[in-house]
Amino acid sequence: MKNTAKHWYDYLWIVTPIYLGLGFFNILFAWLGMIFFCLPLLISIFGGGKLYCNRYCDRGQFLGLLGGRLRLSANRPTPRWMRSRAFRYGFLIFFFVMFFQMLWTTYLVGSSARNLGEFVKLFWMFKVPWHWAYGGGAAPWVAQFAFGFYSIMLTSTLIGLIVMALFKPRSWCVFCPMGTMTQLICRLRAGKPEESGCAACSGCKGGCGNA
Amino acid sequence: MASKRYAAVGRDCVACGCCVKVCPKGAISVWRGVIARVDSELCIGCGKCERECPAGVITFVQRGSAE
Repeated sequence: MKNTAKHWYDYLWIVTPIYLGLGFFNILFAWLGMIFFCLPLLISIFGGGKLYCNRYCDRGQFLGLLGGRLRLSANRPTPRWMRSRAFRYGFLIFFFVMFFQMLWTTYLVGSSARNLGEFVKLFWMFKVPWHWAYGGGAAPWVAQFAFGFYSIMLTSTLIGLIVMALFKPRSWCVFCPMGTMTQLICRLRAGKPEESGCAACSGCKGGCGNA
Repeated sequence: MASKRYAAVGRDCVACGCCVKVCPKGAISVWRGVIARVDSELCIGCGKCERECPAGVITFVQRGSAE
């Protein structure tokens, strides 16, 4: 039977507004986001599968709460192109490119080739002044990484909110780069279902997609 | 009495686990982080997982049709 008892991890949705809120006061808190970045990868690398997505992902829970219980989602099917493999992997590659560009900018600031940019870049395009959230005190590269990382976290949360409102509450999960990465790791660990012939998904009786 | 249909998961499942949370029978689990799988014996074909699934990979199989 379904276990309806609430666990401590069912309240992790609170982490999303706290994390984004802290970034308004001091951008250096953005470094905490490395937890959300490393933990899913470590869990899947060390055999925990997609436990992070399935149980601990604060953003997934946050979108589920807003779109589900608070009924802010239109609950329409996610568009076919958005759930295609091409889009999922394409978005992962795009995400990687932008992430390494952010690391490159951090390196340039660290080597004094560029000044610290005290802004948050939304949707990889729009520079939003964010100088109030940094009072100095850290090495320039540390602050630059915080601004860059916070930009990624805020942008991806906003994209998640937009697709939550337009489609299903957790439509973001379909193309979430962390989800795609961890699933790839799990696929490598589990062996390809195509090779073993069976992913034990019960889909076979309706015409197996892996056959 | 067994339900007339049960859920089946397509290969483009993203293993997000949304279906696991809404299943009233605990019939769904995520197999090694790769794909959701349905225990067809437990599934009552209620359709909650299909409504929840953001990847739209859940379909239904009529019992007795292909067994």
